[in-house]
Amino acid sequence: VENVRLLDRLSSRKAALGTLYLTATHVIFVENVSETRKETWVLHSQISSIEKQATTATGCPLLIRCKNFQVIQLVIPQERDCHDVYISLIRLARPVKYEELYCFSFNPKLDKEEREQGWKLVDLNEEYNRMGIPNNYWQISDVNRDYGVCDSYPTEVYVPKSATAHIIVGSSKFRSRRRFPALSYYCKDNNASICRSSQPLSGFSARCLEDEQMLQAIRKANPGSDFIYVVDTRPKLNAMANRAAGKGYENEDNYSNIKFQFIGIENIHVMRNSLQKMLEVCELKSPSMSDFLWGLENSGWLKHIKAIMDAGIFIAKAVAEEGVSVLVHCSDGWDRTAQVCSVASLLLDPYYRTMKGFMVLIEKDWVSFGHKFNHRYGNLDGDPKEISPVIDQFIECVWQLMEQFPCAFEFNERFLIHIQHHIYSCQFGNFLCNSQKERRELKIQERTYSLWAHLWKNRADYLNPLYRSDQSQTQGTLRPQMAPCNFLYKFWSGMYNRFEKGLHPRQSITDYLMAVKEETQQLEEELEALGERLANLQKSQLNDNKVKRKQQDRSKQLGLSTSDNSLANTPQEYSNDLKSFPSRSPSQGDEDDSALILTQDNLKSSDPDLSANSDQESGVEDLSCRSPSGGGCLPSEDSGKDSDEAVFLAV
Amino acid sequence: MLRSSQPLTGPNRKRCREDEMLLGTVLDEGERGFIIDTRSAQAAKQARMTGGGTEPKSSYPQWRRLHRPLERGRPLQESFIKLVEACNDTSINMDRWLSRLESCRWLSHVKAALSTACLAAQCMDREEASVLVHGAEGTDTTLLVTALAQVILDPSCRTLVGFQGLLEREWIQAGHPFHLRCARSAYSHARLKQEAPLFLLFLDCVWQLSRQFPFSLEFGERLLLTLFDNAYASAYGTFLCNNEKERRVGREVGTPQCHVKESTHSLWAWLNQPGERKKYLNPLYSPNALVIWPSVEPQSIQLWQGLFFRWIRSSQYLDEAWAEIQRLVQGN
Repeated sequence: VENVRLLDRLSSRKAALGTLYLTATHVIFVENVSETRKETWVLHSQISSIEKQATTATGCPLLIRCKNFQVIQLVIPQERDCHDVYISLIRLARPVKYEELYCFSFNPKLDKEEREQGWKLVDLNEEYNRMGIPNNYWQISDVNRDYGVCDSYPTEVYVPKSATAHIIVGSSKFRSRRRFPALSYYCKDNNASICRSSQPLSGFSARCLEDEQMLQAIRKANPGSDFIYVVDTRPKLNAMANRAAGKGYENEDNYSNIKFQFIGIENIHVMRNSLQKMLEVCELKSPSMSDFLWGLENSGWLKHIKAIMDAGIFIAKAVAEEGVSVLVHCSDGWDRTAQVCSVASLLLDPYYRTMKGFMVLIEKDWVSFGHKFNHRYGNLDGDPKEISPVIDQFIECVWQLMEQFPCAFEFNERFLIHIQHHIYSCQFGNFLCNSQKERRELKIQERTYSLWAHLWKNRADYLNPLYRSDQSQTQGTLRPQMAPCNFLYKFWSGMYNRFEKGLHPRQSITDYLMAVKEETQQLEEELEALGERLANLQKSQLNDNKVKRKQQDRSKQLGLSTSDNSLANTPQEYSNDLKSFPSRSPSQGDEDDSALILTQDNLKSSDPDLSANSDQESGVEDLSCRSPSGGGCLPSEDSGKDSDEAVFLAV
Repeated sequence: MLRSSQPLTGPNRKRCREDEMLLGTVLDEGERGFIIDTRSAQAAKQARMTGGGTEPKSSYPQWRRLHRPLERGRPLQESFIKLVEACNDTSINMDRWLSRLESCRWLSHVKAALSTACLAAQCMDREEASVLVHGAEGTDTTLLVTALAQVILDPSCRTLVGFQGLLEREWIQAGHPFHLRCARSAYSHARLKQEAPLFLLFLDCVWQLSRQFPFSLEFGERLLLTLFDNAYASAYGTFLCNNEKERRVGREVGTPQCHVKESTHSLWAWLNQPGERKKYLNPLYSPNALVIWPSVEPQSIQLWQGLFFRWIRSSQYLDEAWAEIQRLVQGN
């Protein structure tokens, strides 16, 4: 469709005119401006909702909201075209069969072996071995080898040595969805463990010997403690209400040596609504501080994040400080349980704060334990009541921790944002379906590619330059400040306002420091090489008594120009009184984005939806300007444009 | 950019030829200037009743007046006190924290101050017009705006030395009454009428700029905290008294003479010693010749944790991060 306008969210005056394309996998908007032809790509799987707004004099507005929080406002001149686009997008954004998803057609040009290797990058067996299992207390069980006991669990589960198949099967019959207690994390220093399950089908008075024996087995697997915590992550009221439906929670009288604890985290419906409200706040046009803070509080979002974090902290403390094992469950044990177990593991074990370890963590507690990715993130068109930002909340918890402990994580914010993006993008096969069983039936590993391999290949983009294994933060358990700490929870504008360039610091500290690190390394290597040369020269010139002055080839000065002027920013509308100023030419806007697109060749092939999006996160363009050992510096796009902004040439 | 106090128009709409001429010399024939009045239009109008007022359009035809009300005086001090109370209140739950924060209004004041300074900067940089800033007395919100606008516009004000010069010029010599304004701070029960944290608001705004432009200021948070401390209580004479006259000659005949320059040491002299100075430098600094335009959206304005939670939460992990940044940059 031609002559479509793409509006800028913050400034309705800045509209780009271009052509809208619909393909089998993407919506693409290409700007008419001839030099740049900036492209905006959106994957259909990212589309969360489409809203057709009232026709105005300028055309028919269409608002596309994405699962990665991008909001695209288009204005289509003809009503009929707008309607066609609307209907098409509705259909395209709601696939009915898995085969319609992008991952089945995505082709990164790797051969079969490379694809296989990609899937082998994360191996859970290796992970449990790393933890120290099997050992005297824990072993692997194949009781679920054909998914006969629990179809949402993996074929390989880890259980206490004293839990026989009979006990496991018996216990599974007493648990919602048959999700019996299984090992999530084992701490070899003190034998404490984190186990997870779903709620017991206890009703008001039902008992199950095998289930009680299962919990005893977990307790016995930790000789250092004579009791275990049982943590129910639901609010007490909800858990009690479940009893009327024949489910419920563990009665301390029936289970010997347990200490029961509620940690109230709300359910998926509350979380879905919370996110919705927060996004409404994000969509406010030029809100006051008051509107924003009230709106944010009203959504309850940060309160929920804190609740998840507090639960993780409680469990980590129980394991690390008290040496007590914990059994965690919610209702079905695949949402709040996953969140809380993975936060706790992250706090406890520095391995999960490495890039590889984090991938392993997600594979373990989310993928293998049957988190319902399809239902929660809408791979296929389904029940809207199943949709909920569960893993988004976990990812945000990680970000909040990164803000409190800047040196503790090997990866950076961009890593988290890209993972979240791909959970919804369906470009890779890792997060499809609802269980391992479904994925194996669909032969996902033979027909799609692994995100982990892709991220690993690009890991240089995802490193945290401040990470050092010998810092106090990187070792051992992370201990976030408990109270008072409300203020420690910040609004994550990097995620929820990801595509609004004007909001973010224009200069990325992470990218700059990575460039510095790289350069330092190169210089050190150069220095070493020169030192060797010098030594050789000195040896061969024994007659020369003059002291040689070390001449370092510093012609390429360390001109790491951080103030990249193609990022020269423009003032937003500070004056609410628009009549104050006649509108300035829009040429000063967006000059940075054009440069971004042209240099991102490698990104474009693997991340078509990310590369052409003018989001500030990838600072690759900056790097090409800075690194003196790199090729020529990209001349600033706007060097001729605006005489006000001086051009700063990087050496 | 010019600053002044309010014109004494009064209820009878007095005119002053000299004042009109003075402002007239600033603009060329046909040129336009902006007056940024830091009072609301209504407050400015009411000021006439007590002898003050605004510049009437007819007498100052080339000047366009814009009102951007900024909080000052008692309400600003109350805002500060409430914020500090909220930060220290360990009983607040997460589901009340943000509204409590909002009710202090401090962040709204930061947003308003930054917006107004950006407006002044925009007038000069984008409209290429001269700007006159004044409130009522010209000693509080006026200085906030002119000083902040210069940090935004002028890269030399973002150097360590340049920033000190800016403070000397726009706050100290311009006559911000430090002695009255920075008296007892937020914990005191004595609610002094003249006390108001304008200078802290300025430092907070500068901190917001440093967060949004991490490479563009030669100094770091530590300098801002040090300035905050010294404005209230100092071993140095730099922030003493209320204006140059008091510092040199004293207040009235018969009162003790301060002779600040003769009897005290200067904070700047101490800060600029090589051993001290390096503690205040920003390891990420790289001179940025451009104007830095901050975002004033609520998401972009954050609570200055380094100041308001200074004694409440450990800065250990953040300090480690900065040490690592320092190490990386120096290693290069």
